[in-house]
Amino acid sequence: MRVRWSLWLPLLLFAGFCALVAVQLFHPAEREVESAMIGKELPQFDLKPASPDRPGLKTADLQAGKPRLLNIFASWCVPCAAEAPQLAELERGGADIVAVAVRDRPEDVAAFLARYGNPYSRIGADDLSEVQLGIGSSGVPETFVIDGKGVIRYQHIGDIRPEHVAMLLRKLQEAGQ
Amino acid sequence: MRRFLAMWRAFLAALVLSFCVPAMAQDAMPPAPYAYRQLDDPAQEAKARALMETLRCLKCQGQSIADSDAPMAGDMRHQVRTRIAAGEDPEAIRAWLIERYGDYVSYKPELGASTWPLFALPLVLLIGAGFVFSRRFRRGRQ
Repeated sequence: MRVRWSLWLPLLLFAGFCALVAVQLFHPAEREVESAMIGKELPQFDLKPASPDRPGLKTADLQAGKPRLLNIFASWCVPCAAEAPQLAELERGGADIVAVAVRDRPEDVAAFLARYGNPYSRIGADDLSEVQLGIGSSGVPETFVIDGKGVIRYQHIGDIRPEHVAMLLRKLQEAGQ
Repeated sequence: MRRFLAMWRAFLAALVLSFCVPAMAQDAMPPAPYAYRQLDDPAQEAKARALMETLRCLKCQGQSIADSDAPMAGDMRHQVRTRIAAGEDPEAIRAWLIERYGDYVSYKPELGASTWPLFALPLVLLIGAGFVFSRRFRRGRQ
């Protein structure tokens, strides 16, 4: 009798399906949503100050000829506190860092900055996440490199770890060329 | 008995704590004005609702923004409702979000360079099945 190998095909397909499920189950893919705004201009916005001792933030501030880091943060966000030493190091490295505080109360921002340090030259209050949605950011913290004309050049998702500092300074320098 | 009570208390404390920890990752701001408030015009609200059900919450990616209680989803609903109230077309709002987050933000598959097989494959399978059936029926008649 001829062996019908094709009989095994459904079983093989099923085994393949199980393998796929197992792989995805134990090694889930990264589900970070990257901004599609890299290479595009910042949208127009004008945010009121998020803390009493720093001015607010508007688009024109980021089109003043000098590349800057735009940090999206919030006082209620734990990784934002974790990246504070790295932001301080970036500031020492010559980076001008401006910030957008997402859904935050002025007193909470002030307490956060008093506790973890204030590396920001400007902080805008984004109470309705409008700027966050406008630049394609899907969480806090995120850090964008903006060139002197207000074009988004790079997006860093998640907290800045010590190994990211040199890379971000390089991206900032590249944006200035 | 006393030991049991101590354990029970520790268990309860752990249970309560486990509810507190996620809450700390939320902000203290009130929700956006149109996060939980419907539009006054039922026709506009229906349009907004239909759109919100097909937009992905970026914080909680298995849910639509209509289903999610994440503050960011609330802000996205506010964005959708205020734009619809201002007379914007739902598909224009979807396009605005796709321009910022890519196709991933939309649950409605768009025909594009990477998605055309989704649309082509059912047609190919249907034609293939039709072909196989027609051959079998012809053979059966002979």
